[in-house]
Amino acid sequence: MKKGRIKVMQGNEACVEAALLAGCRFFAGYPITPASEILEGMARRLPLVDGFCLQAEDEIAALVAVVAASWGGAKSMTATSGPGFCLMMEGVGLAASVEAPCVIVNVQRGGPASGQSTSTAQGDLYQARYGSNGDYSLITLCPSTSQEMFDHTIQAFNLAERFRIPVIILSDEVVAHIREKVVIPDLDDLELVERKRPTVPMEEFIPFQAEEDGVPPMPDFNTGYKIPVISQCKGPYGTRGTAQEAVVFIRRLTAKVEKHIAEFADIRTYGDQKAETAFVSFGSVCRAARSAVDMAREKGLALRSVEVKTIWPFPDDLLRSKLKGAKRVIVAEMNLGMLRNEVQRVIRQPEIKIELFSKIGGIYPQPQEFLRFLEEKR
Amino acid sequence: MNPLGEKYLRKDFLPFLFCPGCGDGMIVQAFLEAVDQLGIIDDLALAAGIGCSAWIPVYIHADVFKGLHGRAIPAAIGLKATRPSRKVVVFTGDGDGLAIGGLHLLHAARRNIEMTVVLVNNQIYAMTGGQVAPSTQVGSRTQTTPYGNLEKPLDGCKIAVAAGATMVSRCSTAHLKTLSRTFKKALTHKGFSFVEVLSQCPVQTGRYILGSGAPQFNLQWLRDNCVPVDDPAKWGEIEAQGKIPLGDVLKIEKPEFMEEVKKMNQKVKEAWAKGGER
Repeated sequence: MKKGRIKVMQGNEACVEAALLAGCRFFAGYPITPASEILEGMARRLPLVDGFCLQAEDEIAALVAVVAASWGGAKSMTATSGPGFCLMMEGVGLAASVEAPCVIVNVQRGGPASGQSTSTAQGDLYQARYGSNGDYSLITLCPSTSQEMFDHTIQAFNLAERFRIPVIILSDEVVAHIREKVVIPDLDDLELVERKRPTVPMEEFIPFQAEEDGVPPMPDFNTGYKIPVISQCKGPYGTRGTAQEAVVFIRRLTAKVEKHIAEFADIRTYGDQKAETAFVSFGSVCRAARSAVDMAREKGLALRSVEVKTIWPFPDDLLRSKLKGAKRVIVAEMNLGMLRNEVQRVIRQPEIKIELFSKIGGIYPQPQEFLRFLEEKR
Repeated sequence: MNPLGEKYLRKDFLPFLFCPGCGDGMIVQAFLEAVDQLGIIDDLALAAGIGCSAWIPVYIHADVFKGLHGRAIPAAIGLKATRPSRKVVVFTGDGDGLAIGGLHLLHAARRNIEMTVVLVNNQIYAMTGGQVAPSTQVGSRTQTTPYGNLEKPLDGCKIAVAAGATMVSRCSTAHLKTLSRTFKKALTHKGFSFVEVLSQCPVQTGRYILGSGAPQFNLQWLRDNCVPVDDPAKWGEIEAQGKIPLGDVLKIEKPEFMEEVKKMNQKVKEAWAKGGER
């Protein structure tokens, strides 16, 4: 049982609460439904901890300010929804390239374009991973409850600091606005990670020389290191890289995350771990999948709900082990099959049938529909 | 090497990537003169985007953030807000600062956040090969206006004034002493300062618009066409003659943004401590 203060909160509010506890002191955002409560909460709370909240002129400015604030020495965050996430894409690549730890919350709503501003969706799954140009890697977390929104926000800051990457929290309108119990631990009980800082003086410091884990130490601006941070592919000293240096740089950017996937990969199973029929879902859809498992159990039907929490980089090995023994896999999601495609890529045995249960248009799936799907498609 | 260069340049980054005859190296020198006289090298946080002028700060041995095209000003805000004692300076160009980054200029100016924006105006997109810029004169032939430019140019100084900047000046690389003095004024200004620097680009503007790629010709063109004036009220007259007025447009005192933020935070904390929220 978790210890701490108990509060009833929206996912968006839980995000604010956790960000402040994690040490976030710079926030920049632009109003957008259904993410605005995060910007509003930060505007209200950051002054109390000598932080700063900027309502930027657009989402491009918001994320760029967040990336620079990270180099300025602050833990920093932004929050948006699909249309704003589109504008942020250049900043995502920037954060990856200049290796600035930061957290980006995308509270998904319907798309494409302005889509359905007040309805839930999960159509930004690929955008979170592949939205910016070129090769890079980042981590994406998918909460399905207010508590997970809280926990994932803490974890997002920790992973960002650990790997010096942008970490994306892929929430959605349901998680953002549902009100439920959240246990808020005391600050002393939280494990918080801080970025590595240089241990050598400026003359000996090589700004983009990675240590064994692929992550270089990061000094704050104006602490005597006087380093050139450029958004180009760079060599270890920060100059524009040669072709060889670019190869090393790009490979390091991706490997520093993907080689350590076992450190953070997280998939949870609910229900009967050995059931032959398994749902696979992420984000708010996990909630309905769980209810479906419970309802089926009452009817004497064994089901398992496999819930992907760290969706990028995709946890291939962990998913395989979580789906061991399954004969029928139903991927449930609020898009036209993005997670299904990943599951198909990972699970290649012809005897395992992979089906798609897709709900779009902003209509959240009912647990009964899961069970009806099981019967009708049999 | 110039003693300023010896003292402040990143030797391992040389040579400059600027073309022979470019004004950007002269701007580096004028800027370093101001920095040297003020003794602020350790406090500098330099921000830039993309384009020739965006490389100006990279050669200076200071903390430098060279990010995305047009996005130097938001980066500068992130740096300023996380430690307001920083001397934040943005180096941007006419394309970087007036086209793709134009919106950020408006909003930073209206906030009156303390920073200096140096907008290097060479009247063209130079690094990408000589395309029309928002500062290019009507009629100019460029790679993307092969039949002449139909669009009226933007005046960065007037935009900065309208948006709420509290110090605005226009200089040129043909008047280096004034440029250095203006940098000094801007770097000690409490609020948002905007310095436009007319600069020569022999390779693009010179060859395609002005008619010669010779560096001397291009510098002389600036001397002949830029007119220093003491009184900004006379800018209209100069412009009516088809010339470019130089000088200080505006220098006023207004509450600075980060200082106001600090005051507000203090008030909010006191109010919350008493149990009220506002």
